[in-house]
Amino acid sequence: MIPPSFDYHAPKTVGEALGLLGSLGSDAKLLAGGHSLLPMMKLRFAQPAHLIDLNRIPELRGICEDGNDVVIGAMTSENELIASPVLRAKVPLLAEAPKLIADPQVRNRGTIGGDIAHGDPGNDHPALSLALDATLHIEGRGGRRSVKADDFYLGLYTTALAEDEILTAIRVPAFAHGTGWAYEKLKRKTGDWATAGAAVVLRLNGGLVSHVRIALTNVAPTALRAHDAEKALLGQAITPATLQAAADAAMAICDPAADLRGNEDYKTAMAGQMLKRAIQAAAARCA
Amino acid sequence: MAKKFVAMKVNGKAVEEAVEPRTLLIHFLREKLNLTGAHIGCETSHCGACTVDIDGASVKSCTHLAVQCEGSQVLTVEGLANAGVLHAVQEGFYKEHGLQCGFCTPGMLMRAYRFLQENPNPTEAEIRAGMAGNLCRCTGYQNIVKAVQYAAAKLQQDQKVAA
Repeated sequence: MIPPSFDYHAPKTVGEALGLLGSLGSDAKLLAGGHSLLPMMKLRFAQPAHLIDLNRIPELRGICEDGNDVVIGAMTSENELIASPVLRAKVPLLAEAPKLIADPQVRNRGTIGGDIAHGDPGNDHPALSLALDATLHIEGRGGRRSVKADDFYLGLYTTALAEDEILTAIRVPAFAHGTGWAYEKLKRKTGDWATAGAAVVLRLNGGLVSHVRIALTNVAPTALRAHDAEKALLGQAITPATLQAAADAAMAICDPAADLRGNEDYKTAMAGQMLKRAIQAAAARCA
Repeated sequence: MAKKFVAMKVNGKAVEEAVEPRTLLIHFLREKLNLTGAHIGCETSHCGACTVDIDGASVKSCTHLAVQCEGSQVLTVEGLANAGVLHAVQEGFYKEHGLQCGFCTPGMLMRAYRFLQENPNPTEAEIRAGMAGNLCRCTGYQNIVKAVQYAAAKLQQDQKVAA
């Protein structure tokens, strides 16, 4: 399978890429790792006349600390996240969870920004960004803006990113001391998307949940922030009853599409199960 | 669509060609350079039969454009042996019966080659995780794991001898 014809552009700066996006308009697509876009082009689900390759723009790569935050360039690869000492120390969820994404070769190419901007509910970084309370940095020809992950995912393959904008970086607050975290992903095999997944970040104070963010992967047209599940835990001890209450609240917002991974009921049940496991794993990591 | 010139090194040799931007690296290697070692399997980046090494990283060449390799160093299975002497990973697959039909083998070898540089002394579990992007549909993975273990031991021994 060979993609349809296109013209290829390899800008060296974000400014140059924005200029190309502006002049080529909606006929152009941004190329990040390419492991979603190129297969879609082979299948003719996407037929852009122009590809703007972001791989030669150094300013879009890398991981650095900025005050109490960690800022990750959008073109940073999954394997770079896994290998990052900064992430391991400050936001370990973001160094561990990518091990569950795709396989070693694909993780050399796939990027955090591509995974987020694609708007695919099967991708893992959308739920992670929600659980981590990430802020997404966006550049357009009109200037820069920031969007909270909570406001970014609008629908299936639809995000707050406009056609002439580029996602440049992901800003994540460093974990406060004692923060527990987990990402539980049920998948059939290496490289598969989640049947259901749950990301949890929480803190305990005297055995009671003092902070919690919960997000779900691949059980709705977008990743879901599970507000009611968070409410079910906040101020409570983690017991079989509160675990079940959180899982019930999370399952109530699931709206998965049936496919070879299972029907709606199964996927919804698995979302509840993944959430219970993730809460327990996160609580066990709380200091 | 205009062709683009792309210059890269493949197995140490400089190559420069005009290619359509849509040319995938796997087709460039097989059809332009006649390097037919890397295989076209699933074409959707699942099976790993097309795995090559680009600038020190394993990449599935079915999901990478030839034009993206401008200035890169590409290594394919044809570049593994040195002056007719098999590389340790090749010797391992031969000694441990790591192949039957051989279709997945070039990708397995290239991934094992890079994996053992990332992790020279892996556990069995680490080998299975490190090779998880390569599918075999006939040999089974037992002997492939043994082949990688053989190569790891050989490479470590070679290093001791050299030191």
